[in-house]
Amino acid sequence: MSKPAIKAEGLVKSFGATQVLRGIGFEVAPGEVFSLLGPNGAGKTTTVNICATLVRPDAGRVSVGGFDVTRQPGRVRAAISLTGQFAAVDGLLTGRENLVLMAKLRGLKRGRELAADLLDRFGLAAAADRRADTYSGGMVRRLDVAMSLVGDPAVIFLDEPTTGLDPEGRLEVWRTVEQLAAGGAAIFLTTQYLDEAERLASHLAILREGRIVADGTLTELKQMFPPAQKEYVEKQPSLEDVFLAIVGETGQTGQAGQTRKAGQAGETGKNREERRPT
Amino acid sequence: MKTLRDTAALLGRSMRHIARSPDTIITVTIMPIMMMLLFVYVFGGAIETGAANYIDSLWPGIALIAIATGVSYTAVRIFFDKQKGLFARFRSMPVARPAILWEPVLTAVVSNAVSVAVIGLAAALMGFRPRANLAGWLIAAGVLALFTVALAWLAVIPGLVAKSVDGATAFSYPLIFLPFISSAFVPTATMPGPVRAFAEHQPVTAIIDTLRALLAGQPPGSAVVSALAWCVGLAAVAHGAAVMVYRRL
Ligand SMILES: Nc1ncnc2c1ncn2[C@@H]1O[C@H](COP(=O)(O)OP(=O)(O)OP(=O)(O)O)[C@@H](O)[C@H]1O
Ligand SMILES: [Mg+2]
Repeated sequence: MSKPAIKAEGLVKSFGATQVLRGIGFEVAPGEVFSLLGPNGAGKTTTVNICATLVRPDAGRVSVGGFDVTRQPGRVRAAISLTGQFAAVDGLLTGRENLVLMAKLRGLKRGRELAADLLDRFGLAAAADRRADTYSGGMVRRLDVAMSLVGDPAVIFLDEPTTGLDPEGRLEVWRTVEQLAAGGAAIFLTTQYLDEAERLASHLAILREGRIVADGTLTELKQMFPPAQKEYVEKQPSLEDVFLAIVGETGQTGQAGQTRKAGQAGETGKNREERRPT
Repeated sequence: MKTLRDTAALLGRSMRHIARSPDTIITVTIMPIMMMLLFVYVFGGAIETGAANYIDSLWPGIALIAIATGVSYTAVRIFFDKQKGLFARFRSMPVARPAILWEPVLTAVVSNAVSVAVIGLAAALMGFRPRANLAGWLIAAGVLALFTVALAWLAVIPGLVAKSVDGATAFSYPLIFLPFISSAFVPTATMPGPVRAFAEHQPVTAIIDTLRALLAGQPPGSAVVSALAWCVGLAAVAHGAAVMVYRRL
């Protein structure tokens, strides 16, 4: 395997009295899609923010593109792009202007060409010259993802990138992720849609109570869970079964129930989208 | 170099904001213009300033009130950029760190310059007749710009730490009030002892005296030194504090 694009070791992070991460580590190689799963509040976004230089870990180290996130944040930022959990676009600018701004901030010359290409790819060509605050929630999210792709970053963080997207938008993001990975980018994906992780991830980790409680390829995870005694189950366990088996393993039905809802987060995501101020 | 380039790119964005939401400038100018009308046409007759033309001596105070109101929008802009995640987006990109905070500060200079110009025009309609020469105008503009920079750096702090829009703007209320306890509207000699002492030693009085002298076509004397010192000092302290808060985000 080539040199890891992201390598995290012993990450610890607390916010006040809440211990969010209690020592997690993982590696992502170029061309791989790594998916971090976990119930709401597990610390997925916190992990992404640490890797993207936005939050300092209390302990542990992360290197991204070979650079240490706390000691060489500038080098890390040049190598990455971040699509945060909530769409971050400038509503007073048009879609095109948002993309051109990203190109300028990355020091790229061909901003307008790049913008036109991304607008096309993400089905925003018709709305390109409208202010982004007139976009629908899904359009904003597409623009948001497109903005992160300006400049072909080598390491891409996508924090729930398809929340609030229609099936077509999701497919476009999926295809893009596959293309980017095929092109050699390392992708760190968090998602509440387990079918998404199942389709895209070359390996996954499940985060729970601050620790990674399972990681490996999808096949490996499927072999580990759920326990083998359920021999009367004929169908292969889906990733959802695996996830629920792990997250609900202490038999707290309340927690399992909550997680299930999170797993089907179509609605949760939508609500979030609508709460966003304009 | 990179800092300049990134600042220019981000400023391009906020110049579009100013052009596309002129309501901000209207909101900022309307209150000072109303006050000007009130002072000139209602209270004016009762206030003895010794000035031949009350609006000439009134105008600098009104301009400072407009700037203090205007910088509350600096805090609001930062607050919303942060809330919408744009701030995090810029912070995760290879953008020069100083550019991220200079953007709102320089934006404040531009939008307040527009507001002050609008108020100047309104005042001209009411009989404001400045007699400054070119150098006087330049120094006056420079003092106003520096005052804006100082207050805008101050505004960055609540913009970064506020939990709500109201919290982000609250800091500006005492600033808007400061010109009232200065030489802006009534001579300080009429105030009771402690108030007078405060009024005569606070930055707004030095700035007002400077602007008044310059706009009357007279040399501002030592007031300009003290005005510049206040502005630069305040800007430096607020800048340091803002950068410290930013680093700890
Ligand atoms: N800035 C902060 N201050 C205080 N607590 C925080 C902060 N950021 C995150 N937390 C807490 O850390 C925990 C993990 O949050 P995080 O956003 O990383 O979870 P997540 O796995 O991304 O959840 P979700 O699936 O809901 O997006 C939560 O309990 C959250 O309340
Ligand atoms: Mg999250």
